Amino acid sequence: MQTVQDFKEVNIVLCGVGGQGTILASRLIADAAMNKGIHARSAETIGMAQRGGSVFTNLRLGEEIQTPRIGSGKADLMIAFEPAEAVRMLPYLKEGGAAVVSMEPIMPVSAMVGASTYHLEEILTYLKEHVKNLTLVDSAEAAAALGSAKCLNVVLLGAAVRSGSLGLSEKDIEEAIRKRIPEKLLGLNMKALMYTKEKE
Amino acid sequence: MHKEFLMGNEAIAIGALAAGVNFVAGYPGTPSTEVLETVAKRNPGNVYVEWSVNEKAAMEAAAGAAYSGARALVTMKQVGLNVAADPLMSLEYIGVKGGMVIMVADDPGPISSQTEQDTRTFAAFSKVPLFDPSSVEEAFSMMKEAFDFSEKWGTPVFFRATTRVDHGYESIEIPDVEEYEKHEAEGFIKDPSRFVIFPRLSVKNHALIEKRNAELSKTLSEYPRNFILPASEGSRYTGHRAIATHGINYTYVMDVFEGKEHPEILKVAVPFPFPEELAAEFLKDKEEVLCVEELDPVIERALIYVCGKYGLTVRIRGKLTGDIAPSGENSVDSVASALAAYLRDDSLRCTAPELKDMPELPVRPPVLCAGCPHRASFYAVKQAMKGQKAFYGGDIGCYTLGNAQPLEMCDTCLCMGAGINIAQGIWRVEPDTKCFAFVGDSTFFASGITGVVNAFYNQADLTLVVLDNSTTAMTGHQPHPGSGRTAMGQVVDKVSIENVLKAIGLSFVETVDPLDLERAIDTVKRAQEVKGVKAVIFRSPCIAIEKSDRKASVNAEACIGCRKCINELGCPAIVLEGKKAKINASLCTGCMLCSKVCPAGAIGE
Repeated sequence: MQTVQDFKEVNIVLCGVGGQGTILASRLIADAAMNKGIHARSAETIGMAQRGGSVFTNLRLGEEIQTPRIGSGKADLMIAFEPAEAVRMLPYLKEGGAAVVSMEPIMPVSAMVGASTYHLEEILTYLKEHVKNLTLVDSAEAAAALGSAKCLNVVLLGAAVRSGSLGLSEKDIEEAIRKRIPEKLLGLNMKALMYTKEKE
Repeated sequence: MHKEFLMGNEAIAIGALAAGVNFVAGYPGTPSTEVLETVAKRNPGNVYVEWSVNEKAAMEAAAGAAYSGARALVTMKQVGLNVAADPLMSLEYIGVKGGMVIMVADDPGPISSQTEQDTRTFAAFSKVPLFDPSSVEEAFSMMKEAFDFSEKWGTPVFFRATTRVDHGYESIEIPDVEEYEKHEAEGFIKDPSRFVIFPRLSVKNHALIEKRNAELSKTLSEYPRNFILPASEGSRYTGHRAIATHGINYTYVMDVFEGKEHPEILKVAVPFPFPEELAAEFLKDKEEVLCVEELDPVIERALIYVCGKYGLTVRIRGKLTGDIAPSGENSVDSVASALAAYLRDDSLRCTAPELKDMPELPVRPPVLCAGCPHRASFYAVKQAMKGQKAFYGGDIGCYTLGNAQPLEMCDTCLCMGAGINIAQGIWRVEPDTKCFAFVGDSTFFASGITGVVNAFYNQADLTLVVLDNSTTAMTGHQPHPGSGRTAMGQVVDKVSIENVLKAIGLSFVETVDPLDLERAIDTVKRAQEVKGVKAVIFRSPCIAIEKSDRKASVNAEACIGCRKCINELGCPAIVLEGKKAKINASLCTGCMLCSKVCPAGAIGE
């Protein structure tokens, strides 16, 4: 049994597009850590960027941590809700860090009206070449299988547990979900948590 | 006591509740909004809470409560403090009876603001003491100290936190509701010699304030949150070089030195009145000090001053010497680089893995939500004014996002309510331009009304467009005078925007649903032909509040791939799949604006 004393520091970057549910995902991890007596700190984008802009959360677990923010090359794990946002945040991931990335692109209006470009293949290739411990999650397929796109955050959390870099177990996250998610959505979220496991 | 994972702003609110706050007023503004929301949510039942019409009203209401012996908290963002500056500057001369804490959220970056102003500088200007917490935990604990301090010294105090403290989260110990202090207000006791500001009182009190602040500088040298952290044992940095810092920057500095030896560090939690004696003690054996600060070089200037006053020869470095960026937000990375350069130790730097040839990434600025009625309003005005010389004055709110491609319907944006009189000024210089001023409903009440009165009185020719979505949307849907709801959940009489405008004297005031595109365009066309100041009120609820199950969808066979829906509306729910438009059902709210724009009739429900 792991104790608080055994827990070494874990630094996590969550990123995506405003409205995707990154905040709930970070809250569930923080809850799971706190349930085990592990100190949690986080910093996140709140405000204008939540309207479809790039958003990120820094989440840090461990007793010795001084600041909620993470320096470049210091994150053990990245949970990205969108592939271009994953590449944007790559400088924060440490050498050998793990990344869980949803493969489904969210086209920004800027790319649709020709003010910028989005090269999905290039982005996915870049991730594969630069992250050894990479889990790509086909979130469109997950949404179809689960019958809902709303629990992408929990699907990604499940994959994060299985990346081995979260420092928390499936059971820890499950307990956090039970405490925070309304009863009627529990079944769906439990299935979402196990989704990438069953795909293996 | 119990432990919770709390946002800084929640911790600040709970700190105030635990200190027995009786009266809380504020105006929403990122990153301050959650303080008042948390007070309202966790109100043990005996606290009065209001969203005021603007920051000036909030400051004045809180002053009245504090005159009456109540503990009062007023909340706002840094630019809101500019609105409240008038009552504040005088209030410092009058002082308070009950503790009064002015919580101001500063926004280095700026992430969600117009300016990078520093409330620490405002503190020196207004002579009001200021508390500057470093973490969620410190923000919670410091709040009670701020109230006690305010009451003891009879002065309002600033409680300034920056975005990373306001919106940071931390698991901290907080008291249960039963453990909250209780504070009874004595009531207002008439005393014109105290509460009526006349020049004679001002000059007398000015002298007293200067004397008090000199005394406070001494007292604050003993305040435990202003402290000198000795160099780590056996550190090679002993003497000579040291660091002075504050707020969230203190945590960045400590993060850089985690597990490493560190030099002596001065942490300043109350930068005004500046703890001179503590600073002199810190400076006495140093050769050089690096000030790690955000926004203004407040500590840096104070240390230079202390060196001069005490005859110390210490080189003070920071923003003024180019060692710290003069603007923008600091980060662990930027602080690590500054410390590495200062201490000539490259191992302190944050090093990212080598990432060469990163693919070009799309820019992703915030946009109007899919289904946002503001998109329809902007589009209607744009269509109505096609081919005519027009000016579109923007304002502060979600609708500032109307500036982006493809709408491009925001020619100026300055501060809340400014668009109306800017349009007036532009029209005076360029009378052949059709001038429009867009303003939101909450902004209209906050500072738009005086602008309309000014334009009407001074015979301007402009069209006011009120974008009424019945909420303060950008900051997370706070109620306002037009919404018929208060911060305490009471249902109250709504203030009618139409009636206000008619009472001012406007002869053309028409309300229309912007999603009824044809009527909306027609209303704008008729309005702008009328001479003088006229108003169109576009009323349609914010889609984040009025959830809809309707969805638009594209009939791929009928779609001719002209991209008009994409190129004219810029709705995030419409994407291109191959050559045809496709609607993302998870984002679409079924506003059906795209169906009205589609020339092929390919979009339906």
